[in-house]
Amino acid sequence: MKNWKKLLSLGLAVALSVGVLTGCGSKEETAADASATEATDAADSTADAAKGNEVYRTLDEIKESGTINIGVFSDKNPFGYVDENGEYQGYDVYFANRIGEDLGVKVNFVSTEAANRIEYLQTGKVDIILANFTVTDERKEEVDFALPYMNVALGVVSRNDNVIESLDNWNPDDSIIVISGTTAETYLIANYPDIPLQKFDSYATAKEAFENGTSVAWANDNTEVIAFSLQNDGYTVGIPSLGSADTIAPAVTQGNTTLLDWINDEIKSLGEENFFHADYEATLTDTYGSEYEDSLVVEGGVTDAE
Amino acid sequence: MPDLGIDVLFKGTNMLRLLGGLWVAARISLISIVISMPLGILVGALMTMKNKIVRAICRIYLEIIRIMPQLVLLFIVYFGTTRAMGWNLSGEVASVIVFTLWGTAEMADLVRGALISIPKHQYESAEALGLTKVQTYIYIIIPQTVRRLIPLSINLITRMIKTTSLVLMIGVVEMLKVAQQIIEANRMTSPNAAFGVFLVVFLLYFLVCWPISMLAKYLEKKWR
Repeated sequence: MKNWKKLLSLGLAVALSVGVLTGCGSKEETAADASATEATDAADSTADAAKGNEVYRTLDEIKESGTINIGVFSDKNPFGYVDENGEYQGYDVYFANRIGEDLGVKVNFVSTEAANRIEYLQTGKVDIILANFTVTDERKEEVDFALPYMNVALGVVSRNDNVIESLDNWNPDDSIIVISGTTAETYLIANYPDIPLQKFDSYATAKEAFENGTSVAWANDNTEVIAFSLQNDGYTVGIPSLGSADTIAPAVTQGNTTLLDWINDEIKSLGEENFFHADYEATLTDTYGSEYEDSLVVEGGVTDAE
Repeated sequence: MPDLGIDVLFKGTNMLRLLGGLWVAARISLISIVISMPLGILVGALMTMKNKIVRAICRIYLEIIRIMPQLVLLFIVYFGTTRAMGWNLSGEVASVIVFTLWGTAEMADLVRGALISIPKHQYESAEALGLTKVQTYIYIIIPQTVRRLIPLSINLITRMIKTTSLVLMIGVVEMLKVAQQIIEANRMTSPNAAFGVFLVVFLLYFLVCWPISMLAKYLEKKWR
C-alpha cells in the first residue's frame, strides 16, 4: 500500500514536471518570437529614430518582417470565419489575402471580437483591422480608416409572430439584443435610450440568445440580419434600414500614413479589375444571392453618396 | 432522435481543432495552477503573520484581484502593458500571468482561512507535549491545514480551468472559440450545430475537471 502511494506520487510528479517543461518550452518559444519582433522593431526604430516610439509598424517595417498581422473575425460567416480545415475564409479574408499577396508578405490572421478591435490597433498588436469595421465619426478619432469596400446600414430582425417594424412607442418590458462595441449598440443608446438592451460579447452568443427567445428583436448590420432571416425560418427583417447608410473600410493605427496610403492605392487599383465584385461572388453569393451585389459592394473606394 | 448537428465535428479537421483548443485551455490553466499553488501557500502564510505592513500589502493585493473581473485583468495585462510599457506579450503569456495572479490571490486567502481555522489548543497541546515549533507545524498544523484545503483548492482549480473561456477576448483561440468558429462556419448547412457542439464542449470540460474532483475525493478519504 505504501509502495502504491509512492508510485502515485511519482507518477503525479512526472506528469506535473512534463506539463511544466512542455509549457515552458512553448512559452519560451513565444517569448523568443516576441523578443525577435521586438528586436526588429528596435532596429527599425533606431534606423529612423525621428519617429519616436510609435506603436505601429510602417509599410517598410511590415515588408521587412515578411508578415502582416491582420485582425479579422473568426466567427462571422460569411465575412470572416474559419472553415473545417482551420483556414480563414470570407469576404474580409479574401481581401486580406490579396493585400498579403500584393505586399509580398505572409498574412498572420488574428482572431478579434467586435469589442476589442480598436484596442488591437491602438496597441499595434495588428497592422490592419479587416473585421467588418463600420466607419463612424467616433471611431475616426481613435483609428484611421482607408477607403471603403462595402456598404452597410443597421437592420432589426424579429420573430414572424411579433414582427417589429418600428422602434417608436417601445414596450419597456421588451429588450433588443446587440453585440457590444458594434454600431447597432451606439446607435440605439444615442437615439433610443429608453429601449433596454441585452449585450453580448460575441456574435455566436448573441445569436444563441436570440434564437432562444431572450429578446424580441436583434439589431445588427443589415447584411447580418438579412442573412440571418434568409437562413433561419420564422424570422423577418421588419426594419431593413435603420439610421444612416454607412460604409465598411479597413482601419489602421492612427498616424500610420505609409500603410494607409498603400491600402488606398490598392483599393483604387483593385477597382479597375472589379476585385470586390469577384470577392462578393466568391464569398457572399451563397448567403445573400446576387440581388444585393451592387447595393453592398463598393468598388475602388467610390460610394454612390459621394 | 433530434438532429444535434454533432456531425459538423467530423468535417475536415474540426474535432482535432476542438481538441487543440482544449489543449490551449488546459495548458494555460495547468501552468497557472502549478505556479500559483505554491505561491498561494507562501502568500497565505504571509497573511497570517503578525507584521501589519505585510498583512496590509497582501490584503490590498487580494482585494484588487478579487474585485476586478478576470476579463478586465486580461485586458489590462494584454493591452495595458503594451500601452504603458511597450511590452508585446502574446495572448497566452498574458493569460498565464492573469490566471497566476488570480490563482495566487485566491489560494492565499484559502490558506489563510485554513491556517486560522486550526484551534489554538492544537498549538498549546503540541507545546505541552514538548514539540518544537517546526515539529508542531510538520506533525500537527500542516496535515490538518492541507486536509481542509483540498476541497477548497479543487474548487479554485476547476474554476480556473473553466474561466479560460474568457481568453478568447484577447485573441487566444481556445476550445470555446473553436466551438463558436465551427458553429458559425456551418450555420447554413447545420443550423442546429450549436447544441451538439456545446454538448461536446461540456463533455470535454467535464472530462478534464472530473478526474481532479475524483483525486480530491480520494485524498480526502485517505487523509481523514
